[in-house]
Amino acid sequence: MSARFGIGIDIGSTCAKTVAVDQGGNVVWRDLRPTGWSSVDTAAAIRRDLPEEIADGARFVATGYGRVSVPFADRCVTEITCHAKGAAALFGLSDLNVIDIGGQDTKLIVVTLGAVSEFAMNDKCSAGTGRFLEVMANTLSVSPAGLCDMAGRGGETRISSLCTVFAESEVINLIGRGAPRENIAWGVVDSVAQKVKTQAGKLRLGPGPLCLTGGLCDFPFVRARLEAAFNRPVRTNPDARFAGALGAALYALK
Amino acid sequence: MADYVKMWKDLGMDLESHDMLCQVLPTAVGDVFLTQENRPKAMDFWDLVISEVHGIRPAELIEAQKAGRKVFGTFCVFVPDEIVIALNGIVTGLCGGSQFWVPGGEAVLPKNTCPLIKASVGARLGRTCPFFRIADVYVGETTCDGKKKAYEILGQDVPMIIMDVPQMKRPKDILKWKDEIAEFAAKAEAITGNTLTVENLKAAIRTVNEKRRAMQRVYDARKSLTLPISGRDALLMTQISFFDDPERCAQMCNRLADELEQRIRDGVSVAKPGDRRILITGTPLAVPNWKLHNIIETSGAVVVCEEMCTGTRYFENLVDDSGETLDDLFMALAERYMKNNCACFTPNPGRVEDIIRLAKAYRADGVIDCSLKFCGLYDIEKRTVAEALKAEGIPVLPLETDYEDSDAGQLRTRIEAFVEMLNG
Repeated sequence: MSARFGIGIDIGSTCAKTVAVDQGGNVVWRDLRPTGWSSVDTAAAIRRDLPEEIADGARFVATGYGRVSVPFADRCVTEITCHAKGAAALFGLSDLNVIDIGGQDTKLIVVTLGAVSEFAMNDKCSAGTGRFLEVMANTLSVSPAGLCDMAGRGGETRISSLCTVFAESEVINLIGRGAPRENIAWGVVDSVAQKVKTQAGKLRLGPGPLCLTGGLCDFPFVRARLEAAFNRPVRTNPDARFAGALGAALYALK
Repeated sequence: MADYVKMWKDLGMDLESHDMLCQVLPTAVGDVFLTQENRPKAMDFWDLVISEVHGIRPAELIEAQKAGRKVFGTFCVFVPDEIVIALNGIVTGLCGGSQFWVPGGEAVLPKNTCPLIKASVGARLGRTCPFFRIADVYVGETTCDGKKKAYEILGQDVPMIIMDVPQMKRPKDILKWKDEIAEFAAKAEAITGNTLTVENLKAAIRTVNEKRRAMQRVYDARKSLTLPISGRDALLMTQISFFDDPERCAQMCNRLADELEQRIRDGVSVAKPGDRRILITGTPLAVPNWKLHNIIETSGAVVVCEEMCTGTRYFENLVDDSGETLDDLFMALAERYMKNNCACFTPNPGRVEDIIRLAKAYRADGVIDCSLKFCGLYDIEKRTVAEALKAEGIPVLPLETDYEDSDAGQLRTRIEAFVEMLNG
């Protein structure tokens, strides 16, 4: 007998996302909170906050880098597989290319006929990830959202360093030279887009559209720079940060 | 366990640092090997050797040296063991596979040098590996820029012979390699004080061919869908074969192969139903580097073949022993060693052909192409490998890593996702 509800918990490096779906795959509950310093505690808190009528008899799938810290999960599935499934459902497509910019990693996933056919992930280096944007936003004394807004008003500036640490010094140099903050912000966002484009060079992208998921999907200027870098439209969706959790919830139904 | 402290002291080793190394190894062996279920009994030999890896074989080498034999330390599968064995010398591998030695290497080498080179230099200069202390002479080769320059540094501390491996595979390159072998033979004669003859070289060729056949038998058993041995165990066997006496190695591999063949007949498999079969290709996995195999084999998959120097490149292709003169035999050696499809050659279509052939023969569901960090040759070749495999419909996962454990989580995510992808 299959469970009444499928619940996906995506413990990312920055945020923990939870989605519950009914038998028809409709989202009935969701939650977003900071992961904090303990994935185990966060998972326990999510479990406590879940309405009993949903949690009772439900099946749980955990994903994300903290997937092993969810003791009550029936199964763990990697974020790559979950993001692919979640994005396919979210965008209503079976052929698509997912760009997921997460807190500490960036994933590119080619989805063909609803299944992962190829993927690439950045390695230890944080360039091209949400963390990179966060570090640079700190240097400019704004929030990541503020940085992306500012970038939209900026002019072309290039940040050439691929390493977050070196790029930070480069930004400090630009500040020292009196470059407008908007221009620096432009350079920061563009550098993320360029890095993602370089990463995509290792894959054969499929014919489907590019779809942006992860925490940066709310920032229009990130999408704009990605479109410029790929010279292709990039779709997104206000719920795209839940793609991994949605995919996990759909796996939980199986 | 025998007491080797005196031996290590006599070798001029840094005992205090060496103790630290000795403390971490048993944990690693326990975690990687002893947690496995249903291992072949014949692995007891390799379990014993690895448990006293700095004791048993070094003690044998020292005894042999007392009897006047010379020990040649090598870093690469291009160095023809047959020459040394014919001259009553002994060959031992020297590659460093532990993070423990990397900081010592980084003290004299740029950080962006591959970990294998850094560890090898660190093991020598830090005086924490008996094999590096025992060898009378090191034999290096020009298979990459990092090694070429690192040998200059090692050469200040220990006698070195460098063999110039060609960069291409034209007929004139094979002739050039034959000349290198002849020159190496002359140097080895001077070191050992013995003379190479058609007879002793033929005998050595047969000894090494026998070892190759025995290792191939173990690998052949891995082609079976009833998988009789884990990738970890097979890798350990291959790693140790670089250090062991070739005749005993052949004997032990044949003993293992006997058991594996029986296991196949009895339907004894170490794989769980649904485990995916993975072929690994890329840079060598020097002992005690078991990181990748361990992650793969605890992520719903099994390793069925290594297209690596610590794998098929070490034992595939036999040397023709029918020659009647030393010149004939040198040519036969040159031809065999030049069949090795290392990424140091350009172009290198043979490696791609090997990977596809082996992936089919070992019935691999997917290929993991993994290179050590800062190995430009293998890293650049990944694209060619990936495109060829995709054209064949064989899924491939390119990876890059080093000896540190800090990327184990990221590697596991990629490997699990790859296995999930293979599961469809």
